[in-house]
This record gives sequence, structure tokens and C-alpha cells, in this order.
Amino acid sequence: MTTILSKEADGAAAHVPSADALIVNGVGHSFGDKRVLDNVSITVPRGAFTVLLGLNGAGKSTLFALVTRLYDNVSGEIRILGHDLRRKPTAALQRLGVVFQSRTLDSDLTLEQNLFYHAALHGIRKAEAKTRAVEALTTVGLADRAHEKIRNLSGGQARRVEIARSLLHRPALLLLDEATVGLDIGSRESVLSIVRGLVEREGMGVLWATHLIDEIAPTDRVVVLHKGRILYTGSVPGLLEVSGQPNIREAFRSMTGAKDTAEAA
Amino acid sequence: MNVDTPMRSFEAEAPRKHGLGAYAACFRGIVWREVLRFLYQRERFFSALVRPLVWLFIFAAGFRQVLGVSIIPPYTTYVLYETFITPGLIGMILLFNAMQSSLSMVYDRETGAMRTLLVAPFPRSFLLFSKLIGGVAVAVLQAYTFLLIAYFWDITPPWHGYLTVLPALVLSGLMLGALALLMSSLIRQLENFAGVMNFVIFPMFFASSALYPLWRIREGSPLLYELARFNPFTHAVELIRFALYGEIGAKIDPTMTPVSAGISMDGVLIPLASGELLDLTHVVVVAGCTVVFLSAAVFAYNPSKGLIARRGGPGGGNAG
Repeated sequence: MTTILSKEADGAAAHVPSADALIVNGVGHSFGDKRVLDNVSITVPRGAFTVLLGLNGAGKSTLFALVTRLYDNVSGEIRILGHDLRRKPTAALQRLGVVFQSRTLDSDLTLEQNLFYHAALHGIRKAEAKTRAVEALTTVGLADRAHEKIRNLSGGQARRVEIARSLLHRPALLLLDEATVGLDIGSRESVLSIVRGLVEREGMGVLWATHLIDEIAPTDRVVVLHKGRILYTGSVPGLLEVSGQPNIREAFRSMTGAKDTAEAA
Repeated sequence: MNVDTPMRSFEAEAPRKHGLGAYAACFRGIVWREVLRFLYQRERFFSALVRPLVWLFIFAAGFRQVLGVSIIPPYTTYVLYETFITPGLIGMILLFNAMQSSLSMVYDRETGAMRTLLVAPFPRSFLLFSKLIGGVAVAVLQAYTFLLIAYFWDITPPWHGYLTVLPALVLSGLMLGALALLMSSLIRQLENFAGVMNFVIFPMFFASSALYPLWRIREGSPLLYELARFNPFTHAVELIRFALYGEIGAKIDPTMTPVSAGISMDGVLIPLASGELLDLTHVVVVAGCTVVFLSAAVFAYNPSKGLIARRGGPGGGNAG
């Protein structure tokens, strides 16, 4: 069992011992009588690409909503860079970048204006925002289209803008919820490659929620979430070893009982 | 079935301090986005203007001879019906803009754009208030554009009225915007917005002093009169009316007759003593309602307490 307790941070602000990018410890959530997350505990180290693998309805988006404080976390503990999300939401959210499952760009505004808006939401002034917007758009290969409206972009390009936007405030933790859904193969590869590059170059911690098994690389950390419960957390070789299966797809099927491979394509 | 991986430890980040500059940048960014969106959506700009102009050019012209308006403050002489309903039509602009803003927030919530606002590292009350101010800025732009066009239709308040009406527009816009913000947290789906038209916009507008003075309403229906008296929109319209004619908080001219120096809030003309200040009830009611609506909206959007959390959160319960 992964040890994910962390008692640091809030009590001694000047001498916080250490922190992973994200610590989720014993978190649960219900919608009415329906329990959608139950005693979920995961960690996302910095400099690691962590895949949150689960079928549709497994609870991935709910977990994201809790980590981003869209829903209130009433049981367990969530810490971002050591800061308790409930007690110090501002400090916790400062270094968190998010790409939501549904598109959240303003299609009437240009790429640059969307990025400026996001920069403002993080208290970044206009002059600094301009510099960072150019950097971020360069990272995702869209610097030459900064003055175009979002509505003129393809789905893959819009996703890349959302990634650029999530980088503006220089996060240490990046959450991406089904970021490649609806994209063609080329766009998927492009988005994945950008995010993996961020992990390697910037040492960012990434939590990548997906139901697509072919997005997992052998060096990734994997968290298997099924019906609101964590079934596995660890390395890919560890997953194969524990499940006794030859590949990730079979391992996932044996753990979750998914009968149809199309469910986890 | 879990397997351990070595935990990596790093120095924890000290939180960045958000000074006044950061708050100002955030506030400016939110307001600017609202204004930009409005300017880019030209059809929205024109349709927002066409509605009150149709009322002014057609409805008011048609009813000019049917609906008589006696001398009531702040008017010191007989006025045309067009002049009388102008503050009401400005109130209509604020009301519809607020509801449009509410619609936009429901849409934002459904598509997820509202999430980017709510996960920003600032107090949620500050974020919502900034969004509210953005909506008010758009409404004020519309109101002044309407007044400019109305000027060429012989609606000519005193020049200082164009300045004194500004705080009234802001305050009334805040009240209606806060109500819309609260409603956006209560409306679950975009389709429910038709209900808002039927149960909020129309009753608020028609059961008010926007189209006819309250004393005329009382003659026709005492029950409607009571409803209109307690309608916050009535107070917003009267606040705008008095502010447009520079009468809020003004000293009463001792030479004025009791009739012309009365208070029109409820249509009863109350004589005032010489030198007494005009009633500030409208200011108090509008400001009070703003505080109540905004507090309720902040509560509703609070993830730990509010209605949003209980109903599946902003984003429409996309719990995949």
C-alpha cells in the first residue's frame, strides 16, 4: 500500500518538510445515496507521468472535481504541494494547472485573449502575461496563430491551447481529464508528446485521466480506478506482475472484469 | 492488489503572496473579458438596444394619449409618456442584461468554462463579485448608448443627470446581477431558462413602476400595487429616475408646493418639511437587496456549503 500520509505544511509555514505534487488520502464522495468515490488514496510525484486509468463512470472526473475544489472534499485529505486544499485553498490552487474534459475556451476570443484571461485569474499582470503567452504558445506550437479566434481552430489545436493556458502560471502539478477524447490519432500523439515533454523538461507532476490503454507508456505510474475504488497504484511492470497478465489491457480486464475490450480501448 | 513505488520528496512550495496588484490584475481581467465578449457579439449588443428602443419608439408613442401621467417628483412639470418610461426602460436594459448574464453562466457551467473561473486561486466571493462587476459594466455601456439614442428622441434630462445616474445604474445593475448570479446557481439546465422569463423577468418588470406610476396602479388594483411596492425592481427604477434628474439626496426647495415636493416611491405624495432631504429608501432597498442576493449567491457557489455541491457541482454533474 502506498504511504500517502503527510502531516506537514500548514502548521509550520516556514519549514514545510517536503511534498509530492499531489496527495489524496482516504477521499470519498457521494451524489445523494450513490457512492461514487470510496476511500481513494493516490500520490502524484513531481517529475512523473501518472495515468489514472478507469472506464467511463469510474469516478475520474469526480476525483478531478474534488482536487480542483469544484466539489467540497468532506472526507479524507487532499494536499497539493503540501497545502491542504480545505484549509488553504488559495495556496493549494496556485500551482495547479487543469485541462478539463469539456472544452473551456472562449470561442469568441483569440488565443492570446484567452490566455490573458487565464493569466489574470492567477493575478499575473498584462506585461508578464504577454511574455508567458508567447512562451506557452511556442511550447504547443501555436505561436503563429496567437491572434486568431478559437473558433477557427481544430479540436486538437484547441486542446493544445488549453494545455498552453494551463502552463501560464507555471504549475507544478498538471491535471488532464480525458484530454485526448475526440481527437484524431495525430492530435492525440501531439498532445501526449507535449505533456510528456513537460514532465521530462520541467519536472512537472502530471495526472492523466484516461480510459485509453494505448496512452500508457512502460515508464508511467498507473492508478487503476474502478467503480470509485482504487484497485492498483504503482508501476506498469508491477501491474503486470500483480495481475499475472502479459499486457496492460489484459491486466486491466482481469482487475475490472471489463468484458468488452472496447470499453477500455 | 496495490504495489508500492518509491515516494519522492521535494521541498514544499511556499505559497505566492497575492498582493493588491494581483487582485487588481484578476479583477481587470474578468471585467475586460465580459466587455470583450459583449463587443464581439455584435448581434447581442444590437438586440439589447432594440428591445427598449421598440418600447420607446412604438409602445410609448402609441400609449402617449392613453396613459396620462400627472406631475410627480422628480418631474416638475407635465412630461410625455416617453420621458416617464425612459428610466423604466433603462431598468429593463439592466434586468435583461443581468438575466442574459445568468444564462451565460448556466451555459458556462454546462460547457465547463465556469470551472476555469472557480478554480482560480482567489477567494470565490472575490471572483464572483468581479464577474458581477463585469456584467454591470456591460449593462452600463448599454444604458448610456440607449440614453444617447433617446436624446435624439427628445428625452433630454438635465446634463448633470447623465453623471448622477451612473451610481444608480451601477447599484441597480449590481442588485439585478446578484439576483441573476443566485439564479444561475439554482438553474440546473439551460432549458429551464424559459421559466426564468415567465416567473422572474416579466413579473418583475410589469409589477413595477417602470411603465406606469404606482398611484395609477393603486387605482386599478390595490393588490398589484402592494406587490409593486415591495418589488425591488420598482426601487431600482425609481432610483434611476431620481438620479437621472439629479434629485437623490437633494435639498427640497422650500418654495415647492407640497404636491411637487413629495415622495413618489409608493405613489403617495407626502409633504416634506422645508429643507428636508429627499427619501433615500430606494438606495437602501437596492443596496440591501444587493447584499442579500450576493451573499446568497456566494453561499450557493461555495463548494462546502452551497447548493451547487449538493446538486453535482458546477459543470452539471459530469461525474465520469
